[in-house]
Amino acid sequence: MSSSAILPVGDGGILEAVRVFLGSLWQKKLIDVLLVPLELPSGGNVVPAIVSDPSKLKMANPLAPIMPLNSARQVSAITRASPSAERLGVVLRPCEMRALIELVKLKQVSLENLLLIGIDCLGTYSAGDYGRFAQEVKSPASDFLRKFQEGKEDPLLRKACQICEYPVPMNADLVIGLLGTDLNNSILLKAGTVAGERIIGELGLKKSDAENREAAITKMVSEKAERRERLFAQVRKDVRGLEKLMATLATCVNCHNCKTACPLCYCQECFFDSSVFQFEAEKYLGWAQRRGALRMPTDTLLFHLTRLNHMVISCVGCGLCTEACPNNIPVADIFRLVGDKVQKDFEYVPGKSLEEELPLTTFREEELPNIGT
Amino acid sequence: MAEVGQFEPVIVGFFCNWCTAAAADLAGTSRMQYPPNIRPIRVMCSGSVDPVYVLRALLGGADGVIIGGCPPGDCHYVSGNYKARRRMAILKTILATVGLEEERVWVRWISAAEGARFSRTMNELTQAIKKLGPNPMKKDWSI
Repeated sequence: MSSSAILPVGDGGILEAVRVFLGSLWQKKLIDVLLVPLELPSGGNVVPAIVSDPSKLKMANPLAPIMPLNSARQVSAITRASPSAERLGVVLRPCEMRALIELVKLKQVSLENLLLIGIDCLGTYSAGDYGRFAQEVKSPASDFLRKFQEGKEDPLLRKACQICEYPVPMNADLVIGLLGTDLNNSILLKAGTVAGERIIGELGLKKSDAENREAAITKMVSEKAERRERLFAQVRKDVRGLEKLMATLATCVNCHNCKTACPLCYCQECFFDSSVFQFEAEKYLGWAQRRGALRMPTDTLLFHLTRLNHMVISCVGCGLCTEACPNNIPVADIFRLVGDKVQKDFEYVPGKSLEEELPLTTFREEELPNIGT
Repeated sequence: MAEVGQFEPVIVGFFCNWCTAAAADLAGTSRMQYPPNIRPIRVMCSGSVDPVYVLRALLGGADGVIIGGCPPGDCHYVSGNYKARRRMAILKTILATVGLEEERVWVRWISAAEGARFSRTMNELTQAIKKLGPNPMKKDWSI
């Protein structure tokens, strides 16, 4: 049974409570540095930053409804070449945490010396929507939380967030719990590992039984799952078949931004950016000859289908591919729909377990009787 | 010879060096016939066939693709065919989910001893693809 403690919410609000908690990790010498979203001095965005000076925590804002990029990628950037020598805390949303676990399995992240701090996610906005929202209101985080408390559907939430059935971080040492708490008085700190238990002990926090948490999570997950099924039905209608698929990809300009934004596309050099796709003139002209015309740049559908093949089994549904698309192609919707099927086939939930092997790196002798005879 | 005007599919075969490509050889040396629609490509292992090869063939206008590997348990590299099986399962699921014709992709395990089965399978595949008709992606300049 994992223990939960109370983080009291004072006059400074929830954000202050979270900042105080993060600061206490330094005071108790539990971490040396922290990767956490900071408000930019210019305003209008909150970006992941490595904080070495706890006084910078007054800009920390993991509650603002914005995820400009998936920080799992940043943890990979920090630890891929060599593990962190200092104790590094990382504050991640659930989809970032799940991507992180996938990246560990893909050998792109070292967990050595890392303290994983997850935070319940109530969803995020597109960067543009967030920028406008942050200008309109005094405190984007508390206004967003107020909207959540009122229980109204937030139309600004990104589609990926509206259908996300994983609002609670998995595999974190510690989880900052918002769901099932009375946000005006206190939030939760929940241990997920032995290391987390020890930290809760060292911080000397008051224990909580977190009695409303499970029910709140179940309610949120079932609402999101219902919305997800509705979206899937729509995507099936919009995308299935060569004609509709190409209509969906009509505005693709092969910029590969979706690949760049994807936390899991980890190849140092993508096959599609390699010299394999630099053809001689006669190749292009030959293809054009054969079909009467040739769309330029070439291989639009090949790129998307290949990326599906390579990544969909690990897709955590963060939706940043759609965000990155300059022409609003619903890349993430397609990945979620296809991912749902493929992941179910292999009973695999990306980011759920460090022990479960990646389906493409392992096999069972007796399986898939329909493939090959 | 094919009759004039009859649809003659182009089928790309990725055959593993140790089993299916050897079976093709055996079929040849045993003077067993198989349709000229098959364009065999020898690979070292079915496990080395990235889905992008299969997609490249299909989107490039091939009417069918077959991946031939060692029977399960007999992979020259121990487990390449098991990994190929998972990859191709995912590929077929993806194609089916986005509404492209996954039935144009076949996976068969044909051992080096099975020349006759190789020849028979290639005949069956060619017939099946003829029935399916030309791959609609062949003429699409905009994919």
